[in-house]
Amino acid sequence: MTDGLTVIEPGLHTTVQDLGRYGYQQFGVPVSGALDVDSLRLANILTGNAADCAALEMLYQGAILEVTAERVCVAVGGMGAGLQILGDTPQSVDAWQTVTLERQARFRVVLGGDACVCYLAIAGGLALSPVLGSLSTYTRSGLGGYLGRPLRAGDALPLQRASAPSAEPYRLANAPDPGFSRPIRCTWGIQKDFFTERSHDAFVSEPFAIQAESDRMGFRLSGPVLEHVGAYDIVSDGIATGAIQVPGNGNPIVLMADRQTTGGYPKIANVISADLSTLGRRRPGHEIRFEIVDIETAEEIRRAHEKYLRALESGIETVAATKAIDLDVLYSTNLISGVISGD
Amino acid sequence: MTIRVVASSDTSIVIEFGDHIDRQLSDQVLAAHFAVDEAGISGVVELVPTFRSLMIHYDPLVTSANVLMGDLKPLLASQQKSHRVARLWDIPACYDGAAAPDLESVAQATRMSTDEIIGLHMSETYHVYMIGFLPGYPYMGDVSEALQLPRRKEPRIRVPKGAIAIATSMTAVYPTESPGGWHLIGSTPVAMFNSAQPQPALLAPGDKVRFRRISIAEHETIEGDVRKGTYTPSVKELPS
Repeated sequence: MTDGLTVIEPGLHTTVQDLGRYGYQQFGVPVSGALDVDSLRLANILTGNAADCAALEMLYQGAILEVTAERVCVAVGGMGAGLQILGDTPQSVDAWQTVTLERQARFRVVLGGDACVCYLAIAGGLALSPVLGSLSTYTRSGLGGYLGRPLRAGDALPLQRASAPSAEPYRLANAPDPGFSRPIRCTWGIQKDFFTERSHDAFVSEPFAIQAESDRMGFRLSGPVLEHVGAYDIVSDGIATGAIQVPGNGNPIVLMADRQTTGGYPKIANVISADLSTLGRRRPGHEIRFEIVDIETAEEIRRAHEKYLRALESGIETVAATKAIDLDVLYSTNLISGVISGD
Repeated sequence: MTIRVVASSDTSIVIEFGDHIDRQLSDQVLAAHFAVDEAGISGVVELVPTFRSLMIHYDPLVTSANVLMGDLKPLLASQQKSHRVARLWDIPACYDGAAAPDLESVAQATRMSTDEIIGLHMSETYHVYMIGFLPGYPYMGDVSEALQLPRRKEPRIRVPKGAIAIATSMTAVYPTESPGGWHLIGSTPVAMFNSAQPQPALLAPGDKVRFRRISIAEHETIEGDVRKGTYTPSVKELPS
């Protein structure tokens, strides 16, 4: 058996994902990558990996895995998620914290109640071959990841490191804010004029709900019907992640990680890049409100968001650390994101 | 329509040349693709040419829409035509039996014989407008007017790999098995997508394509050679 991790139960949809496959959209290859890039990145940094290292993305239901390497160090990233070490005396480990597991240990990854996704980052990463520069799985074409498909029971995932050093656990001093209560900010789409003014108003004033038919390709929304002024077919043009396209039935679809590279429906708006993770982690049924910002503001928010993530990353401490470190991180976070104004 | 340069999100800019499908527009798009690619602008992540526009994906932590639009201005003002070498591909196509499940229904809909349809499909030198829908799926045009049909009312759940299809003014080859709504009039054994290649799609926007008729037996032979990795379709560079 390969030294690494063996899948005992695969969960509902567990795939290998990194930050995405860039550079091949002109050949029709979707970007893919994590739905919740922020959580993937933070889990990676915790385990000492580079931010763009591939991890296991679990949707709706976590997997049960067994350690077949000598020792592994892992961390779960995800809102309200965690990990349960199975055995006679099960032991729970919160998200945003590393844990070292010995050979034969079995553990279950548990998702939080509100989030649809979490990540299992493994120190050193998976020993898989990148396809077109990325380990992200694009299941529709069987590209990348582990054999191009979601994991199944019995799969043996090889690891880059045969053994992890036995280190004390680390955690993020401050867990990221899920952002669930905030509106999702968007910029208007380039086909905004394809929609009636009433639709523009409804888009920003009324709530939408994420429908159960949503997947990694698109989050389907129900809510007010968005009416086209005329045709709802356009000659295909390019698509950015977070584009909100509206087909003939008037129900918007937010195009997510596995989105196609081009599309032929008008796009009323586009979710700003800083809010893609907070949207990507929301479960079906979740209510969404949209808010419009201009491009410059969206770019500014993205830069602030990057500073926020870096502050979280710099707040890694040993689990035994004193409270004083907490305060330091809290301060720097607040100062950087401009909550406390000073000279 | 004048050229429109507009930010379509905080990670993408679109240069829009028009709103319809047209070779001249396509040439403009491809020339812009070439020019922006050559310029190596800081913060540009990747470029996606489509029928009528070029999408420029950018990293907002490196540049901004404003800065990028400034970078693009001189390029758009000065660009003439693409210096990219156009390639003419010769793609073997089998139009017989199981390879062409919709040939009869297309014949009925267009009131032509199946031979006339095959003749018309092979008579054009197609222009690859863009790759989309699936990895390596080429939108090629334009199909003879007599052969233009809307998509099938009932899309298929499984279209086989290599299926040659037509719908509206376009013809395409399905690079992998996939759902699909186009009319299947033939099949090619040539691999349209190979993720082990640095340029994974066989065809690139701007390429020209002609289909050459082969028999069922030849299809099988070439298919075997493709599997062994000993077959490459014939291609020649066209003078610009």
